[in-house]
Amino acid sequence: MEILHSGLLQRALLEIVVLGGACGALGVWLLHLRHAYAAESLAHAMLPGLVLASLAGLPLLAGAGAGVLVSAALIALATRDTRVGSEIAVGIVVTTAFGLGALLALSPAVPVGLDKLLFGDLLGAGAADLFAAGALAALVAGALAAGHRRLTLAVFDPVSAPSLGVRPGGVELALLALLAIAVAAAVLSLGNLLLFALLVAPAAAGMRLGRSLRAQLGLAAGLGSAAGLLGLIASSELDLAAGGSIALAAVALYAVAAIARPGAPRAARRTPMEALGGSR
Amino acid sequence: MSPAARIEAAGLGASYGAGAVALRDVSFAAEGGQAVAVLGPNGGGKTTLFRALLGELATVAGTFSIEGAIAYVPQTERSRLDFPVSALDVALMGAYARTSWYRRVTAADRALARAALEQVGLGERAHERFGALSGGQRQRVLIARALVQDAGVLLLDEPFAGVDQTSEDAIMGILDALRAEGRVLLIATHDVEQARGWDRVLCLRGEQIAYGEPSSTLTNAVLEATYGAEIVMLDCGHRAVAIQHHDHAH
Repeated sequence: MEILHSGLLQRALLEIVVLGGACGALGVWLLHLRHAYAAESLAHAMLPGLVLASLAGLPLLAGAGAGVLVSAALIALATRDTRVGSEIAVGIVVTTAFGLGALLALSPAVPVGLDKLLFGDLLGAGAADLFAAGALAALVAGALAAGHRRLTLAVFDPVSAPSLGVRPGGVELALLALLAIAVAAAVLSLGNLLLFALLVAPAAAGMRLGRSLRAQLGLAAGLGSAAGLLGLIASSELDLAAGGSIALAAVALYAVAAIARPGAPRAARRTPMEALGGSR
Repeated sequence: MSPAARIEAAGLGASYGAGAVALRDVSFAAEGGQAVAVLGPNGGGKTTLFRALLGELATVAGTFSIEGAIAYVPQTERSRLDFPVSALDVALMGAYARTSWYRRVTAADRALARAALEQVGLGERAHERFGALSGGQRQRVLIARALVQDAGVLLLDEPFAGVDQTSEDAIMGILDALRAEGRVLLIATHDVEQARGWDRVLCLRGEQIAYGEPSSTLTNAVLEATYGAEIVMLDCGHRAVAIQHHDHAH
């Protein structure tokens, strides 16, 4: 097996296993808070910010944050026109941001090419990428552990949460901020398009299989890492794109979970606007 | 439980931000051991009053004072029934506010949560999933959570809604025990006849219509002023039933 002999693949493996675990655990809370659509929208909306930060030689996190803030402001502006519904506003702003980011990324002056921004460059992982992945995993693990009780209340009983010392709005904002950091840190490795698969599929699988919250978090982290391992092995052995293979591996694991526990309870459906924090 | 509880409001008014005043001129007082039925139509101000007393809404007029910790017991349908928490996990949430974010919940609080579940008759179901319990059982778990908060004043939002008679009797027994312990209970309800059995009634319709002992307060005139066309008089006016509109927004 090539992965056993290639230092390049082993570095990529280490990075994806760490990122997969972090994304899996984070994804569980995103799904419980019904922010899966927000996760995808956030990843797309920050693309112009990432490209401009790359052009200016600034930290990608700064670009990601600016991209999200500008998109949020534009959405708020668009929804002032009552003829434009919230869902339409989100759709227009996010696709506009994504298209603008794609155009900017095609400029020869951009150090990072569009294909790498969209699909990642896992096989180009260096020491700095491994450090970033490790730092992100530590941040996600620490933040989720420290915020476990607050997150639990915000999800389970947002009506009573304020009387129990928790502000659900603040908790959701903190989780979205953590998501923004995770996307900014992982986007160059996993890609703007494929990162979403690693955030959602392992978490969905973990929620199907786990009977307790801690079991769901543990399983999602493990399945996220497993998707990275399986996808990278498939990529190296079958000469397939790494990012796409990992995304498909994540979805395949969810399919196995769905077959293993077909009767598992599902969360009530929610419209995309509700997922972005609209009325409940 | 902490020393004797008491709650008092004088000319209390509350609003939702910069909008119109949602509730005005509420004045009442209740001592430990008393249960106050809070009656009113949907949108009449029951939830507004509770939220104002919890400090979640801006008070635009009057004052209120509370001696003892206060806890809110919501309707169980407002919780995420698909979320994987056990009855013990929910009861333990009552200790969250007094536990620093960097500390684990103490063994003493865990024991308190188990004892609270025993008190509401659900000790053997501590590890069952909250969403798998019946409506009445879930309501009792939420009452246990309020006990873990060591609340002297409990605000109960329609605790009998959607429960069968057996569960209603069980909940009533628990509430009687809480009164005997010296706690104050404010119970939002649409059941006018049940309210006649409590110590006091507070009638709201955007403002206070009446407050006092049920026998002298729940007159036909007061009920009509409170519920308008949503009150139905039966038995030649000797019995009243409030028409309930089920809220499917959540």
